[in-house]
Amino acid sequence: MTAHRSAFGLAASVRSGAETAAEVLEGYLAAIDAGDGEIHAFNLVTRDEARAAAAAVDRKVASGEDPGLLAGVPVALKDNMCTRGVPTTCSSRILDGWCPPYDATVVIRLREAGAVMVGKTNMDEFAMGSSTENSAFGTTRNPRDTTRVPGGSSGGSAAAVAAGFAPVALGSDTGGSIRQPAALCGVVGMKPTYGTVSRYGLVAFASSLDQIGPFAATVTDAALVFEAIGGHDPADSTSLDRPAPRVLSVLDEGMEGMTVGLLTEFLDGVDPDVVARTRQAAEVCAAAGARVEEISVPEVRLGLSAYYLIAPAEASSNLARYDGVRFGLRVDAEDANAMNTATRSAGFGAEVKRRIMLGTYALSAGYKDAYYDQALRVRTRIIEGFDRAYRRCDVLLGPTAPTTAFSIGAKSNDPMSMYLSDVCTIPSNLAGHPAISIPFGTGDDGLPIGVQLLAPALAENTLLRAAAVIEAAAPVEGGRR
Amino acid sequence: MAGAPRLTRDDVAHVASLARLHLTEEELELFTGQLAEVLDHAADVAQLDLTDVPPTAHAMAVTNVLRPDTPAPSLDREEVLAQAPSVEDHRFRVPRILGEAP
Repeated sequence: MTAHRSAFGLAASVRSGAETAAEVLEGYLAAIDAGDGEIHAFNLVTRDEARAAAAAVDRKVASGEDPGLLAGVPVALKDNMCTRGVPTTCSSRILDGWCPPYDATVVIRLREAGAVMVGKTNMDEFAMGSSTENSAFGTTRNPRDTTRVPGGSSGGSAAAVAAGFAPVALGSDTGGSIRQPAALCGVVGMKPTYGTVSRYGLVAFASSLDQIGPFAATVTDAALVFEAIGGHDPADSTSLDRPAPRVLSVLDEGMEGMTVGLLTEFLDGVDPDVVARTRQAAEVCAAAGARVEEISVPEVRLGLSAYYLIAPAEASSNLARYDGVRFGLRVDAEDANAMNTATRSAGFGAEVKRRIMLGTYALSAGYKDAYYDQALRVRTRIIEGFDRAYRRCDVLLGPTAPTTAFSIGAKSNDPMSMYLSDVCTIPSNLAGHPAISIPFGTGDDGLPIGVQLLAPALAENTLLRAAAVIEAAAPVEGGRR
Repeated sequence: MAGAPRLTRDDVAHVASLARLHLTEEELELFTGQLAEVLDHAADVAQLDLTDVPPTAHAMAVTNVLRPDTPAPSLDREEVLAQAPSVEDHRFRVPRILGEAP
């Protein structure tokens, strides 16, 4: 495993000419070659494209052009973000071999910022899962303990950063799919406010919840990537028409005078070592001059149920496009209807089928009022609950996941127990709010624990300031965070 | 939903046909139990009285997003069609849709 280098430092080094983007890239490609056979963070390593991109950055540096905020920084991309001419599979057989005819907006922005894409990372199929075991191409192993899952659904991106295969990565977070794997792999993972990062070219799972965000070894690097990819995009009609985020300048402003709410509902049913670390993080905030109080938002208890009606409902509609006609797999049959059914039955894995059926049921005549519509009303209640809390508090604090990384196979036959790993992350998606997971020591089993900060919509500045304070005081064990 | 009947195997078979999924006997059996468990958990939501609470479909609502009506290049047709399972005369080719072929 290579030593972690900061993306911030790498970009400065490449910009100054102290090292070339090509040299930086070869170091990371060597780390991938040495380690990814065991970890399987990547579905595809894009060596040739990466070498060409690094050479382009080096030409800019040589000619005195600005090579960008992320000059020469290798980045791993979750395999649900479209890359023109490069396979994008969502870890599903139904998209195996598909090469998108366009780039996602985040891909264009990373390239313009000088970043170098090193590959497409493994994930739960169509981002449905919390362990990356639902991939059609095999599971990813947690670099901190290869008998454990990396979390999910962006498990490949989290593992890539944790293993030193890339300094930063992108994931997507629909119910916790960035934050939960970040916590389980011991890295930083951030879900920005809904609408601050374009979803154009992100293969849709649940459109009202999906949001792209960064993985990094540090809060500063996560903020750097957020600045590079954020900001309005006319190609995404849900993108907020606001100036691009500027967060790096506030990171050292501390927490003096902030009020932190320790969210009591998030401490229920959570392992004692995780609760202890969360309380320790609260003490860090207090020591930094914040006022810390316990706060209750009872509405978040309804989040899990509402999410597992809303997200599958949206998925059942979004995934109707996989019909064997325009792209991806086709299984031939005598007529179009039979072809659709044969294609979908062969192309989708079990979890995707479960969610499509759950969503179809929740939207079907006679049940829509009781399930889907009711869940949308609960969503309103959760937003009201958070609004009440944010009248008193600047940020809320809780654990990211109820446990440390679990063993591979431990929950794969029990969907309900798998769904419970997202209980602390889901409410932020339903509310559209930003949240971040910060590595904070380890549990009784020696595996990483993440603490989570939540903030109101568009309060990324406050969120990241507080995150930097917690990060700076995080317990360091065995020389690794 | 208060007193909703538990999800049956027939319900699951019906929903699967709506979603264009063919399930094996084993899948039907497995999914019926698993989906019923999720819906049992959702009973906490289904049983609430929320008649006065407005629904939220999008947390960060934006409405009527329009762009200037200026021509811009579309996706390259050949590049798009190259990804299709079957193509004929620059179109997506599909098996017959209606009953008997003419």
